[in-house]
Amino acid sequence: MASALINVPPRAKRGEIIEIKTLISHVMETGFRHTQLGAVIPRNIIRRFVCTYNGTEVFRADLYPAISANPFIVFSTVATESGTLSFQWTGDNGFAVTESAKITVE
Amino acid sequence: MERAASRREFLKIASGVAAGLGLGAVVTVKPASATPAEMQEAIRSVVGSARITPGKVTIELPPLIENGNAVPLTISVDSSMTEAEHVRAVHVFTEKNPQPYVVSFHLGPRAGRARVSTRMRLADSQNVVAICELSDGSLWSDSAAVVVTLAACLEDGI
Repeated sequence: MASALINVPPRAKRGEIIEIKTLISHVMETGFRHTQLGAVIPRNIIRRFVCTYNGTEVFRADLYPAISANPFIVFSTVATESGTLSFQWTGDNGFAVTESAKITVE
Repeated sequence: MERAASRREFLKIASGVAAGLGLGAVVTVKPASATPAEMQEAIRSVVGSARITPGKVTIELPPLIENGNAVPLTISVDSSMTEAEHVRAVHVFTEKNPQPYVVSFHLGPRAGRARVSTRMRLADSQNVVAICELSDGSLWSDSAAVVVTLAACLEDGI
């Protein structure tokens, strides 16, 4: 099963810009490779990554086959209030993973 | 030089003959590759027909890449990221990957800083282009030329 690693600072000052790192295990099969018998290996990628902060979307990425296996995404957001950051990956073959992280803002 | 050229010709003909004899499976299939024109088309289909000005965006990409399967890519945009002036989106395209699209990042004033990183695949030595869309609708671009030693997408599965 897919597993995700998320790095969010557990606490931050109000208004501080925090860096978030995410890594998820996924083959990101491009759909351009062939087996040794010449058959095309079907595409299997994560198509979308969304990060919401207490329900509000703060970051979104549309991924294509040119993203490496095990997509690694780094972005930032402003720590506005204590709460939950939720991360969602969706892709081919019904792939869907949701993870969340808590943050305390002082 | 002439010898080399004729040798190349011979190989070309020989592979053609082999394919003709039904030995096509033995001949390596060249992977699909987009062209710079296709990249321009892809850029237009994503950002529309507005003018793209070079500047404001910076691509950080190693100039020499040993393994095209995982190339660290960082894009930063010179923007204050306020409600009035922020980056709406950053799109990345390549010239010679099988598909020109790489990734689209959608940001907003909540991002605080316009800087994103990921890892991408590169199928060949080529130009990588980043286009950024600001909140006022203007488009800015940067491109980086990279040399790839081991290309992605070439190795076959089992």
